[in-house]
Amino acid sequence: MKYIALIYSNPGAAPAFGSPEFGAFMASYQAANERYAKDGVLVIGEALKSASTATTLRVRGGKSETMDGPFVESKEQLGGFYVFDCENLDEALKYAAMIPAAQHGAVEVRPIEDYGRS
Amino acid sequence: MINMVDEAVIRAAIADLVRGDGGRLLSSLVANLRDFPLAEDSLQDALESALVHWTRSGLPTRPAAWLMRTARRKALDRLRRAANFRSKSSQITLAEEIIRADQDIGEEEAISDDRLRLIFTCCHPALDSLTSVALTLRSVAGLTTEEIAQAFLVSNEAMAQRLVRARHKIAQANIPFEVPRPEAMAERLDAVLTVIYLIFTEGHSANDGQLFRTDLCEEAIRLVMILADLLPDQPEIEGLTALMLLHSARAGTRLTATGEMVSLEDQDRSRWDSHRIAAGLELVQRALARKSAGQYQLQAAIAALHAESPSFSETDWAQIALLYAGLFAIRPNPVFELNRIVAVSYSQSARVALAALDGLALPLSGYQPYYAVRADLLVRLGDREAAGRAYGRAIELSSSAAERRFLKRKADAALRDGE
Repeated sequence: MKYIALIYSNPGAAPAFGSPEFGAFMASYQAANERYAKDGVLVIGEALKSASTATTLRVRGGKSETMDGPFVESKEQLGGFYVFDCENLDEALKYAAMIPAAQHGAVEVRPIEDYGRS
Repeated sequence: MINMVDEAVIRAAIADLVRGDGGRLLSSLVANLRDFPLAEDSLQDALESALVHWTRSGLPTRPAAWLMRTARRKALDRLRRAANFRSKSSQITLAEEIIRADQDIGEEEAISDDRLRLIFTCCHPALDSLTSVALTLRSVAGLTTEEIAQAFLVSNEAMAQRLVRARHKIAQANIPFEVPRPEAMAERLDAVLTVIYLIFTEGHSANDGQLFRTDLCEEAIRLVMILADLLPDQPEIEGLTALMLLHSARAGTRLTATGEMVSLEDQDRSRWDSHRIAAGLELVQRALARKSAGQYQLQAAIAALHAESPSFSETDWAQIALLYAGLFAIRPNPVFELNRIVAVSYSQSARVALAALDGLALPLSGYQPYYAVRADLLVRLGDREAAGRAYGRAIELSSSAAERRFLKRKADAALRDGE
């Protein structure tokens, strides 16, 4: 079963690029990624560009309306995601807990709808 | 013509079965079908079918086995019907296997006990605690949705909705139906005990005219005993059992005949339930002898000191203060510190206690008992004006009418004695 782990964090809370903590922070992502690959649970994982680059789209009455920025204004922004292929929620939560940003932000874990594919 | 059995008798028999074997049947079905909502629905179908068939021809030899077999067939029916809309072929194959296995074993089959897995699933930390409480009462304890709604003072629809959402989440998020791995066991067991204790405290809390709520205490005790049976020799399970037995031993003396609250100091100790106290004391000792203290064992040890004491004034307050300090060390909850301060007010003095209380002003600024304790200490120190203000704040913060009347009586008594 596939689970998406949506990583929400305050951009200011992560160690700044170039700071001594930044190296360790990236190394812990590296370690998590290696573990995911080794355990064969990683489907995909990506970081996103900052929320200010987002465009929100709605189609109303057949017409596209776009807005600058993310859907909900909040301190914690969607910064990246992983998709894990796991046995169950406990396993997905175990891997989500290894995401370094979980230590200062939050990770939302949700099952992905499979529409009978599996 | 076949003798018709009285429907009321059958209904009562079915209700007894649900209370006694419902959790076992349901957990066994979930284990078979690997689908929580399907298991619940199928068991419900089987119970409805039982009412029809048993009223017609009387109780079968093994009613629980009859229900199990019927529920499995109902599950197969449901899967076949659903297959018309959406492919669930793997589940149908599974159900057909189950039916075949079922026919091979026949009537003599013992129903496997998967209740432990059911308990851990209902109390999974991915569910919120109120949902876990409702689900545990429904699925493990076998209460009806109406009974749970009544106990928690919400509408039947709201409770049914909550249960539906919970089952949906268990199925959709694939919350595993299993006993946690050893490395996760302590944390997950703690979540289960929290849910059971929440059921107990809900029943134990004062509330006007809700007599049913004391039954929640008995349900919590029944649940922890099921758990103790399935997971023996666990000191925290023993501790929680002891704690609830000792608290419930005093239940009959906590309210007057007219529903007014009676403080520990004024309770008639000769009316405490001595059997429950003896059972509680034995369990506390057994648990503590395992040398792995935890929050429930320490709280039970405190309840034991109260239960053993012949009077309020002879209570070993110094020991109780130490136990609360120990509790605070493992669970830094300011309420434990508040209770320690109360014990200190008797083992040392009200003045020492009042000084210590200032440290809690911030963390407990919206907590009714903080002001009640403060008021009591001020009364004992002779500052009636300040005591009156503290009682006033406590009354404002109280959410129960019985509690407000209790506080009002204490406040009036304090002011009267000063005149």
